[in-house]
Amino acid sequence: MLAAHLPPLAASLFSLLAITSLLLAFVMLGSRWLREYMIAFAVQSWLIAVLSAAVAYYGGYPELYAIAALTALFRGLVLPYLLSRIIRRLEIDRELHERLSPSSSLVVGGLLVVFAFVVSTHLGAALGLAGTVAVLALTVMLSMKLIGFLMLVVRSEVVSQILAILVLENGIFLGSQILVPGMPMLLELVILFDLLVVVACFGVLVRYLLVHAGTSSTRELTRLTG
Amino acid sequence: MSPAPILAVILLAPLAAVAGCLITRKARVCEYLNLTAAVIVFAAVLRLLPVALSGPYTLWDDYFIVDALGAWVMLSIAAVYLLASLYAIGYMRQLDKPSRLPRFYALLAGFALTMLLGPVMNNIGVYWIAIELTTLVSTFLVGFERTREGVEAAWKYIVVVSAGISLALLGIVFFYWAGSLHLGPSYNLTWAALRSVAPQLNPTIALAAFLLVFIGFGTKVGLAPMHTWLPDAHSEGPAPVSAMLSGALLNTAMIGIARFITVTDATHLGLMPRTIVVIIGALSLAIAALFITRQTEVKRLMAYSSVEHMGVMTLGLGFGGPLGVAGALYHMLNHSLNKSLMFFGAGDAMHAFHTKRIGRIRYVLTAMPVAGVLWIVGALAITGAPPFGLFLSELTIMRAGLAGPNAWAVFVMLVLLVVIFVGFLNHFRAMYFGENPAAQAAAGPWRRPPGTAFWCLLPMWLAIVPLLALGLWWPGAISHYFTVIASQLGGGLSR
Repeated sequence: MLAAHLPPLAASLFSLLAITSLLLAFVMLGSRWLREYMIAFAVQSWLIAVLSAAVAYYGGYPELYAIAALTALFRGLVLPYLLSRIIRRLEIDRELHERLSPSSSLVVGGLLVVFAFVVSTHLGAALGLAGTVAVLALTVMLSMKLIGFLMLVVRSEVVSQILAILVLENGIFLGSQILVPGMPMLLELVILFDLLVVVACFGVLVRYLLVHAGTSSTRELTRLTG
Repeated sequence: MSPAPILAVILLAPLAAVAGCLITRKARVCEYLNLTAAVIVFAAVLRLLPVALSGPYTLWDDYFIVDALGAWVMLSIAAVYLLASLYAIGYMRQLDKPSRLPRFYALLAGFALTMLLGPVMNNIGVYWIAIELTTLVSTFLVGFERTREGVEAAWKYIVVVSAGISLALLGIVFFYWAGSLHLGPSYNLTWAALRSVAPQLNPTIALAAFLLVFIGFGTKVGLAPMHTWLPDAHSEGPAPVSAMLSGALLNTAMIGIARFITVTDATHLGLMPRTIVVIIGALSLAIAALFITRQTEVKRLMAYSSVEHMGVMTLGLGFGGPLGVAGALYHMLNHSLNKSLMFFGAGDAMHAFHTKRIGRIRYVLTAMPVAGVLWIVGALAITGAPPFGLFLSELTIMRAGLAGPNAWAVFVMLVLLVVIFVGFLNHFRAMYFGENPAAQAAAGPWRRPPGTAFWCLLPMWLAIVPLLALGLWWPGAISHYFTVIASQLGGGLSR
């Protein structure tokens, strides 16, 4: 597989991009401001687009250039645009009552990365890939997954929850670029499109929530229990 | 005969209904457009069943597969779609919002379309997308009544299920990755390809991948502890939507789990994946039993009963073997018919008593003599009382379990089914024969608005008659069908 036989420069470039993406997930975790989440997400998407292009160049997968362009366009521009429209419609621009303060979430996030690293090392060793960039990709993939779930749990603004789900998806997308660059292009295209539909649906639902439930915080959604 | 034209009809009929509803924008026209599509789909699926038996066929660049298992799941979807389309006509007219009905029927037909896509998807990634699409369409059906609770349920539904199902995508990437070490970097991840490469997969990564897809699709199936969206979504949608969610949607995700189990059977993981499946199935039964006994809302009661029955099916698939597979699939069809009936009855009761609370529903037989009888017979059936279909399928699953290595789960299942039987029927006892001075005493039969009685009662009869027939007599053709499916699924490990 690609990740096992990379020139050192490419391996460093991939690692740099993957780790910076992970750091941006921490930026989201450490902030209270919805707009900062959104910018961090946009930058993360751009980095993933660069990563796709780098994999296309070093791995010889020309179709990934197209994926890179579409990632930059959809994840880097269209989704943030849609999200900023949602944010503008809300009266609120920051998290008010997070269940865990940003600093504590950073610590928990750090622990989750350690856990992801242990799991990935184990998986990497099972496949004889210890020490390659594949392990790093796995770590970042699982970490972003766990951080996304952490954000879902501790943040209650609807926009934070949408972004948390997008971080989950970004993690998978980033990891799959390195681990399975040969994945059929059609699939990646449809998943990109699917993401767009998801965010559009979320946007409509946010409007319903504002009109019919009179809130943009999931803390208030407590009617249905038992 | 090639299955391609039949499949084309099955997929194009609801698509045409969606287009028709969006164009005509007349409530009455849309009702019949959707109903026509449902009838066509049901007839076409009946035609597809014998054709699929000689399969599996792959169609249209290998993106579609028609096999006996998929056709069986489509049968349960088509049956529920037909019943729900009939009931929706009567139910939605009572909501008195004719201007929004065209959108409702467009969404309903679109929901049916996305569900019918799931079982015929051959590429695992595309299957995932089909499942994701069902969520996106049905969210708006759940929140259709635009009440505060409805919107809350819709939000929780889409967030929990999208997050859960993203784990399944991760699992699929893992499977693709593990396969790419043997099949080369670019290949088509079909069910057959994954099964053929399964013996060479590294067991560690195969186990991780299986756990991820099981949790992911298990969220969509409503298995505990990932079931939290299910009672909210099922209780807040309009009754026909609840029936579609419970009777059809859950099955489309269940087929994915069934197919992944055959993959892990072929890996060198031994019994572990099946044991995990059995444990989660038993846990779902336990959670359902707890919430059923203490439930206060009638539609949530039905929703937790869905968690229970998904647990039973999961146990059947986990036990495996020809009996386990046959029991699980027989249970699937029986549950689809029966749960539709239960939600229709609950919808009628909500309209008659203007409440969802069990404590305020009293003297059902006085208020709704015909529907009331059908509903309580359905309640007997859904708790697994003979002579109905679910009794037979649960018994079959238990027999399968006793023959296998996870026999402990059969005893757990038996105890929990008894608890659920008592707990579930106790609510019905209270609603039918209980005394409650605070509840409004029904002065006489509830008068349905004109033009709705036929549409509400017909689907209830259409559900109960086959349910009774399937309980008394297991047709030879069906048992042959299950033999074929079980042999295609590899028969499992537990023989």
